[in-house]
Amino acid sequence: MQLSRDDLKRAYRGMFTIRVFEERVNKEFALGNIPGFAHVYLGQEASGVGVCFDLTDEDYIGSTHRGHGHCIAKGCDVRGMMLEIMGKEGGLCGGKGGSMHIADMSKGMLGANAIVGGSPPIAVGAALTQKLRKTGKVAVAFSGDGASNQGTTFEALNMAVVLGAPAIFAFENNGYGEHTAASYAVGAPSIAERAKSFGMPAEVVDGSDFFAVREAMGRALERGRAGEGPYALEIVCSRFLGHFVGDPQAYRLPEELAKARANDPIPRFRARVTEAQLLDDADLDAIERDIHAEVEAAVQLAVAAPRPNINTLETDVYLRY
Amino acid sequence: MSKKTYSQAINEALRQEMRRDPNVIIIGEDVAGGHGASGETGGVGGVFGLTKSLYTEFGPERVLDTPISESAIIGAASGAAVTGLRPVAEIMFVDFVGVCFDQIYNQAAKFRYMFGGKAKTPMVIRTAIGAGLRAGAQHSQTLHPLFTMVPGLKVVMPANPYDAKGLLISAIRDDDPVIFMESKLLYGMEGEVPDEAYRVPFGEANIAREGKDLTFVAFGAMVQRALAVAQTLAGEGISVEVIDPRTTSPLDEEAILDSVAKTGRLVVIDESPPRCSLAGDISSLVAEKGFRSLKAPIGKVTCPHTPVPFAPNLEDEFMPNPRRIEEAARAVLAYR
Ligand SMILES: Cc1ncc(C[n+]2csc(CCOP(=O)(O)OP(=O)(O)O)c2C)c(N)n1
Ligand SMILES: [Mg+2]
Repeated sequence: MQLSRDDLKRAYRGMFTIRVFEERVNKEFALGNIPGFAHVYLGQEASGVGVCFDLTDEDYIGSTHRGHGHCIAKGCDVRGMMLEIMGKEGGLCGGKGGSMHIADMSKGMLGANAIVGGSPPIAVGAALTQKLRKTGKVAVAFSGDGASNQGTTFEALNMAVVLGAPAIFAFENNGYGEHTAASYAVGAPSIAERAKSFGMPAEVVDGSDFFAVREAMGRALERGRAGEGPYALEIVCSRFLGHFVGDPQAYRLPEELAKARANDPIPRFRARVTEAQLLDDADLDAIERDIHAEVEAAVQLAVAAPRPNINTLETDVYLRY
Repeated sequence: MSKKTYSQAINEALRQEMRRDPNVIIIGEDVAGGHGASGETGGVGGVFGLTKSLYTEFGPERVLDTPISESAIIGAASGAAVTGLRPVAEIMFVDFVGVCFDQIYNQAAKFRYMFGGKAKTPMVIRTAIGAGLRAGAQHSQTLHPLFTMVPGLKVVMPANPYDAKGLLISAIRDDDPVIFMESKLLYGMEGEVPDEAYRVPFGEANIAREGKDLTFVAFGAMVQRALAVAQTLAGEGISVEVIDPRTTSPLDEEAILDSVAKTGRLVVIDESPPRCSLAGDISSLVAEKGFRSLKAPIGKVTCPHTPVPFAPNLEDEFMPNPRRIEEAARAVLAYR
């Protein structure tokens, strides 16, 4: 499928928004404006945007603790996200969720998830809805290499096959689960092979290449939309920073990090589209300016916003004691 | 004797027990850290640093990093325990027991009784509990009632560094499965901790402060809050006794009943939702066995019946805080 100039701009916009948003989360965290923990998606932008590029608001995704990029790729409002991450009134979850629980049902975003392996079974259920209602829509479960070792994930993979659910398992293999390498913790030769052994097609994708991710996702989508069942992608990418903001990462050598940075998906995309003369630097620079302004505005709004009304502590429950 | 933090006390207990008994092993996620990575192996020592440098001393056979597979961590620990090892398994945040609860309550907890007394399951599950870190609904719970209601489990909630070390040593030497609940808010708390190994027995409450007008019963991190309010009230001439049961199972019923017999008034402070909580459990104990001592209805300070909210102002109000504890105390004291 050939992408139009507008498509390419949309892709760049998505990836660059994640980049600027996450760099800013890092900074605001250091300034003390973000309570709790934050896990940023820097380095993995092409994965989230590539997977979500051809999804509609009626397709679903389930995400992870490292979910900001997935939210942005699925169309969540960055102001609502920043408000949520800072624990402010008007956040996408009213300040009750935080970074690890951002959700937006109107965008088909079933929530970031702070339980590793939490999303795959939920995605099977969301996919089942699509199958029973014959919508032709799909549900995607983003998971990490670490989550690929969780029992819930194995059960979900098998059940998606058994029920013929249009679930797509997007395993983002960034090489680490917290501070332990996938090469140690994943016993199988690859996550894709493991998914295949459950009975679904699976492939390994270069997760720093937006085009490769989108094309592989196209094959998964074709199968899902046709009602032919689940699909798995092992998206190989890099986590540029530590597991959480503030992780000193003594377990990774500087050379490894430098190598990861050298394969940055954003300059790669830029080089590819400018060399092919599909977009020029001016187009891309304009997008970057826009996004810097957009994220700046979101931060200013969120920093100035009040905390949620204290009376909301006991709303959204069916009963108070 | 020297000043140590709650974290250091736990680390020291693990180290001393591992030196004493080669059957003691540690198993969990990133308890060493860095496996398969390009840099340093073993330098992480758990996300909260509780198992720091144990890998260096005891090596990969006794400090085992696992995949993110909690059911297998707990199942492997209980399988190793019934066959002769003494595993200390780590479930990083207690919230994660959701994915492995079967291995705890249907398996490890039941072996001894279900096998007619023929099995011993000497294992410890160390896990971090509590709100206050702005960690959101799935990283902030205090699930002690969930474990306390399961026959076969022992449930420990150390409230200070001294108890953390002594209770952990007791837990490791115990032949039943023990849930060792570490209050995240206390990891940095300092206190006097003897250098040598010692045990704090299960089922023996600590009278954290003596008093005669009102009894507070509190667990884990809530003990400090209870003590702070007791101090405030002391300024007005109100004398509050603070009981820290140390273990919710076994529970030192006598210490609680004796205290209420003396004061006639009780407020239970419990960081969990109100239903089926320790606050409810202790209220029912006193209503059943200490009814005649009571001069006022029992006060309870718990969390609301909601998940833990993220926003700091909501979370601060969610937790039993000094204001709410003081209000409950005054209401119970005012009752005539
Ligand atoms: C059930 C459960 N176990 C452990 C954790 C702690 N934890 C949070 S993220 C993480 C690593 C996840 O690794 P991976 O799935 O590869 O995702 P990545 O962080 O690399 O995006 C761990 C162990 C958790 N949140 N939930
Ligand atoms: Mg990973």
